[in-house]
Amino acid sequence: MSANEHHIMPMKTYNVVFITLLILTAFTVLIAQFDFGAMNTLIAMLVATVKATLVGMYFMHLKYEDKTYAVCLLSGVFFLIIMFAFIAVDVGSRVIETNTL
Amino acid sequence: MSQPGQNYLNHEKGLWSWLTTLDHKRIGIMYMISVFTFFFIGGVFAMLMRLELFNPEPLFAAQTYNQMMTYHGAIMTFMVIIPGVPAFIGNFILPLLIGAKDVAFPRVNLLSWYCLMVGAAISFATLFFAGVDTGWTFYTPYSIQTNGTVLMVLGAFVMGFSSILTGLNFIVTIHKLRAPGMDFFKMPLMVWALYSTAIIQVLATPVLAITLLLLAAEKLMGVGIFDPALGGDPVMFQHFFWFYSHPAVYIMILPAMGIVSELITTFSKKTIFGYRAIAFSSIGIAAVSFFVWGHHMFVSGQSQLAAVIFSFITMLVGVPTAIKTFNWVATLYRGSIEFRSPMLYALGFLFLFTIGGVTGIMLAVIAADVHFHDTYFVVAHFHYVMVGGTLMAIMGGVYYWLPKMFGKMYNELGAQISFLFIFCGFNITFFPQFLLGSYGMPRRYHQYLPEFTSLNQISSVGSWTIGVGFLIGLGVIVHCIKWGPKAPKNPWGGKTLEWTTDSPPIHENFETTPVVTEGPYEYGK
Amino acid sequence: MSKHHHAHHFDSAEAEFEASKFGVWVFLCTEILMFGGLFVGYILYAGKYPEVFEAGSQFLDWKLGAINTAVLLLSSYTIAISIRNIQTGETKKAINNMIITLLCGFAFMGIKGYEYNHKFHLGLYPGKYFSYDAKAHHGDVKDTAPGDHNKPELMDNLPENIPMYFSFYFLMTGIHGTHVLIGMGLIFWCLMRTRRGDFSPDYYTGLEGAALFWHLVDLVWIYLFPLLYLV
Repeated sequence: MSANEHHIMPMKTYNVVFITLLILTAFTVLIAQFDFGAMNTLIAMLVATVKATLVGMYFMHLKYEDKTYAVCLLSGVFFLIIMFAFIAVDVGSRVIETNTL
Repeated sequence: MSQPGQNYLNHEKGLWSWLTTLDHKRIGIMYMISVFTFFFIGGVFAMLMRLELFNPEPLFAAQTYNQMMTYHGAIMTFMVIIPGVPAFIGNFILPLLIGAKDVAFPRVNLLSWYCLMVGAAISFATLFFAGVDTGWTFYTPYSIQTNGTVLMVLGAFVMGFSSILTGLNFIVTIHKLRAPGMDFFKMPLMVWALYSTAIIQVLATPVLAITLLLLAAEKLMGVGIFDPALGGDPVMFQHFFWFYSHPAVYIMILPAMGIVSELITTFSKKTIFGYRAIAFSSIGIAAVSFFVWGHHMFVSGQSQLAAVIFSFITMLVGVPTAIKTFNWVATLYRGSIEFRSPMLYALGFLFLFTIGGVTGIMLAVIAADVHFHDTYFVVAHFHYVMVGGTLMAIMGGVYYWLPKMFGKMYNELGAQISFLFIFCGFNITFFPQFLLGSYGMPRRYHQYLPEFTSLNQISSVGSWTIGVGFLIGLGVIVHCIKWGPKAPKNPWGGKTLEWTTDSPPIHENFETTPVVTEGPYEYGK
Repeated sequence: MSKHHHAHHFDSAEAEFEASKFGVWVFLCTEILMFGGLFVGYILYAGKYPEVFEAGSQFLDWKLGAINTAVLLLSSYTIAISIRNIQTGETKKAINNMIITLLCGFAFMGIKGYEYNHKFHLGLYPGKYFSYDAKAHHGDVKDTAPGDHNKPELMDNLPENIPMYFSFYFLMTGIHGTHVLIGMGLIFWCLMRTRRGDFSPDYYTGLEGAALFWHLVDLVWIYLFPLLYLV
């Protein structure tokens, strides 16, 4: 049995991550009090991504696992971004071309 | 140690043992029966369509024709060509190719077959309740206005899970269950092909799932996402739909190319030329396939900027395909070629797929596509790649591995006659359609202008020829399974692992786990 | 000592565990693309009709959303700890943590149910079933969006295609909620198996898979919460 998969994370790590997640949640709510326009969405998504990374790396053990799993997850995210980006290019430039929504 | 004469076919008896089997070989055979059956049903619809189009005067009502063309497309796409290679041939042969006892998740494998069958049943049910006439692409707003859509997309949704589960299984199998000594670059090219295909199945099909769900929601609830009357965007539907459906066509062709690699090397008795190039090009095609879907939408109202981007990348995707074709031809050069039926199909693939592929590049040119879109030119293009390409490869693969699957040899003459009818019939059916499309005959119409008559009649005669060819082929296969002479372990002199075990294989595939020390196609100089 | 026997086509229990984990990760990838498709649709339409989405989100109470976020984060924490407990042989603690996870799940669904009920009461149904009477319910919904985003006046004068917002809302939270229920089912099954003594430091594949699925459910909500409730 290799030490890798059954690496037992110390309780302290779990606790620190959990508290950090709660703090980040409070932060995202706090920021939402102010109107920064489109930036609000961006900031919210950024904070969400930090939270998601923490959950992935520590709760889901990606930090200690075979890199393949992280590649798996990230490729899913990558192609999702492609889907969004290319459609956004079309929708964005169509509004400009046709002057309609 | 297994008893002599014991193999996976007689390992257990009775229908129930098949329906609850966890053996990948049996599951592969169950897929074979399903896929063949669906193919013949889809083929019947095709025959009816070509019958309608024999004369410019309509035989059926317009809506009836539209339903026939919808079911022909939906059946062939979801029930034949997508599962055809991975789920049928792949399931049987993949563990054998990598020296494993089974796929990683045998129960998930069985579940995938049930998903296909249940999904197919739901889709066929629509024939009785409300025939769908939207075309297999379900474009909005018409698909929201007409009946049967919800049930049909539910069927497609369930069948999508079959594809996802197969892909998931294959990815883990290829990563985790290769025989000792088989690193990635000692895998047969068929395995690379199945791997690339599995990646697409896993990444693209979920988007189809959500698209179909949204379409059903639109029809049932009036979401307002795709229906222009409610502020929705019908082009958005097309984006969502083609994000899956373009990579889907690579699910159809990549494993077929894997078969071609196997056939060409075995029947040239020569190591494949450019193994790494072919391997990497498979992954490359899978990746780039996700960036080109908008080439189905050049006249949809998509913006010019988006269109140009998609057009450019589409032309790039032809490059790895061309690399494969050059490598195959280079393999043939100075090879010791045997014109057995599997090889005939592989050679047929080379010729027909090249025509299909090149006409695809023609369609990638926006200015040309504006003229060709929704004409018979497109119909001819995709039939050349899907039938001239994938179906040819499937037939080649079937004859190649039939001796391994059933332990019997098929009748070579019968198979060659079948090939002749199919190959000639195919060209007679579809080549005129390139011309018809160029002259402006629209697709998905139940009638046409009188000046298109002679080409349409030639095409219809071709369809009867293909029909005869496939019936002969079916006869050859059934005859083989029931009465064929016993086949040896390695009738073709192949070098990959499946030829080292019995025909048909024992339940566990190999007596002892093979150890791999060399590449897959070492024919020597 | 584990009483688990690995399947015949794997060389070892270790190989089976790794393969099972990989399988779950590939499956999670498919879920990301499925949910992701919904998110893409949501973001694109929010871009097209910002007024619809701004008005719609007034009906969502950020406080309830934040509580639900904390609840799910706690449940992710406890299910992760329960695996650790199995690894260290502390089965009793593992069971307790799984129970807490399940309770969190119930709490989440309870709050969700309350939110749905409140919306139905106001006639806020998806799509063509939408029937909100702005005059009758004027002032009923208060202080639901944070700070500057709190614009109750928007609820008096809703844009024509406001039902689209609620279609998205119910679809996204509905599909997410379904996954929460499935996750709870999986964790309940693991709880039963743990009580039966199926799991040990040598073998806990089922729990690993269920926990990964549960974390995905949490991940989706991490994105869903700000998108629906805060912006």
